[in-house]
Amino acid sequence: MAKINAGVATSHVPAIGAAIDLKKTGEEYWQPLFKGYEYVKEWVKDAKPDVVVLIYNDHASAFDANLVPTFAIATGAEFKPADEGWGPRPVPNVMGHPQLASHIAQSVIQDDFDLTVVNTLDVDHGLTVPLSLVFGEPENWPCKVIPIAVNVVLYPVPSGNRCYQLGKAIRKAVESYDEDLNVQIWGTGGMSHQLQGPRAGLINKDFDNAFLDRIIDDAEGLASMPHINYVEQAGSEGIELVMWLVMRGALHNQVEVKKRFYHVPASNTAVGHLVLENKTSEE
Amino acid sequence: MSLDKPYKNIPGTTIFDAEMASKGFHLNQFCMSLMKAENREKFKADEKAYLDEWPMTEEQKQAVLARDYNAMMATGGNIYFLAKIFSSDGLSFQFAAATMTGMSQPEYAEMMLNGGRKLGSPLNLEGFKNGKD
Repeated sequence: MAKINAGVATSHVPAIGAAIDLKKTGEEYWQPLFKGYEYVKEWVKDAKPDVVVLIYNDHASAFDANLVPTFAIATGAEFKPADEGWGPRPVPNVMGHPQLASHIAQSVIQDDFDLTVVNTLDVDHGLTVPLSLVFGEPENWPCKVIPIAVNVVLYPVPSGNRCYQLGKAIRKAVESYDEDLNVQIWGTGGMSHQLQGPRAGLINKDFDNAFLDRIIDDAEGLASMPHINYVEQAGSEGIELVMWLVMRGALHNQVEVKKRFYHVPASNTAVGHLVLENKTSEE
Repeated sequence: MSLDKPYKNIPGTTIFDAEMASKGFHLNQFCMSLMKAENREKFKADEKAYLDEWPMTEEQKQAVLARDYNAMMATGGNIYFLAKIFSSDGLSFQFAAATMTGMSQPEYAEMMLNGGRKLGSPLNLEGFKNGKD
């Protein structure tokens, strides 16, 4: 049986990808940030996922204004890095897992989560920056990846609770897959940031740290936080944090925190990162 | 019955909702066209002529020509779409964000290094419209 054993949360700021690609990670500006990801790079060598279900959002790369799926699961075999206006990132293509992805789609749709099924999907920084932060710069990514894109660009985005419940449905789907697979779920985006208007540059450390506390120990309560709180307190783009709740919903109620990291700034954004493992006691 | 949209009242902020997306559809699709190198070249060669190929409002076209990002947002642009314009100009997200705050880019970068804009700090709202008025 396949099983979700661990979760990773991380911001996916495009400037982090640019820093990696342009070999700037040693610069004074970036050093504290990359130091925060040294743990996960070692951890993942032992954790060795076969498949990562990667929750991210497309930033007007694969989906234009014509079509905005609230949730989309990618069932293709291979995904190319998107050209976001300055050429695709020089990272390997992302290999999918069509059988498990189709199985998850089948299961969660029957559980009332009406995901859009997409085959060809160019994946942008929202998906590739987390892969780079965790796996570094390998010739090929060491595992399969199932992209699940969440609309957090066009309001209203799905509620925190909807995301959290989808996570639970994904867990159920994975656990009903016959092949023995070590699966991880990653939630990406955030933390506080606003990229537009006179209020651009907003950062809220108190909000972010409370969010990190609660997603560990009070995820269900956190899931009921309305959108307006995110927008008011964490900035218009801080709403991306609802995607972390999909990750959290797919884990056990009790998790062990292997790593917690917070850093300001990466360009316009506060960076948050968690590595969570299921406590083995709960089935 | 009108729907509750409490996010309309957040200062210095335009929320890109379905209503704004409808207003901004052609503006945003024009932005998407700039993801192709040949279109970027056409746009750079004659911006006005390229914009005239799109059924955008005059206000939207003027906002693009002036690189007035707040005005583009107010007429239905979304920042991730508008990013294709400043990327085509070879400019960063931080540059574009700074222009919307009325700060210079160095001032803005300094603010970010010092932990970012604090919640409730005064905003430069001169001439700002959030598209809901």
